[in-house]
Amino acid sequence: MSLPVVLFAIVAALTAVSALGVVLSRNIVRAAIWLLFTLIGVSLTYFLLGAEFLGAAQLIVYVGGTLVLVVFGVMLTAQGPMQALKNKPMEWVVGGLLGGVLFGLIASVSIGAAGSFKPAESDERLPGVAPLGLGFLGVTETAPIADVTGVPEGTRISRKSVAYLLPFEIVSVHLLVVLIGAAYLARAKRRAAS
Amino acid sequence: MTHLGLEPFLALSAFLFACGVVCVATKRNAIGILMGVELILNAANVNFIAFARYNPAFRLEGEVFALMVIVLAAAEAAVALAIILNFYNNHATVDVDKADELKG
Repeated sequence: MSLPVVLFAIVAALTAVSALGVVLSRNIVRAAIWLLFTLIGVSLTYFLLGAEFLGAAQLIVYVGGTLVLVVFGVMLTAQGPMQALKNKPMEWVVGGLLGGVLFGLIASVSIGAAGSFKPAESDERLPGVAPLGLGFLGVTETAPIADVTGVPEGTRISRKSVAYLLPFEIVSVHLLVVLIGAAYLARAKRRAAS
Repeated sequence: MTHLGLEPFLALSAFLFACGVVCVATKRNAIGILMGVELILNAANVNFIAFARYNPAFRLEGEVFALMVIVLAAAEAAVALAIILNFYNNHATVDVDKADELKG
């Protein structure tokens, strides 16, 4: 039992137990709190994998932004009977069966496919903030450069340094449009006078 | 990290995904369904980062796509909450079983 194994066991147990809590708690406020611990556990998993920037982004965006949004939604809508809607027992049986089968299927398939991947021994960490930022700006030299296989004989296409400027811009404009639309949808309702 | 393989991370991700699917399938509160979707997206993100860590050819790509998923999840949560609030304004409930006006 080395330190990474112990750390992963603790973090994975925290994440899995609180994910179960999200599913099983009937009170929607408690489910939101369980979701908070699940998201923190996922960010700790990123830290364990060596992706510090992603872990920090997960903490800031998810725990600081998205979850606050969800809690506001809970606050605005959870009144009286809506706070804990009951399910029929049959729905729990079907849902649990579905979840168990799905977990077994995905876990067996992905673990079967995972055997061929080994971590690079020389490079312990994932790219930090600087390579990521350069990648998003399109001036990166960190992405692997190699010939593309499977092209016709005589032609040669090499994989240039990959840039993610266009997806970055698309995502940012998408976020702007979506937030304007959400603000319009959720605005205070004006009753028609007529 | 030398003693830990890729498999535990994939198992954790599969568990999160199954929890999210069960959450979406069984919750009657619309915000509970939104929480299930967040769980599913987080499971996909754990897979992205784990494969980026264990497949040296795509170290940058895994992080880039995980960042995009985080941003798009935030946008999705904003729109879904706006729709839920609108539905609550009109019907005074967030029970998805009551949202059956478009049923044929």
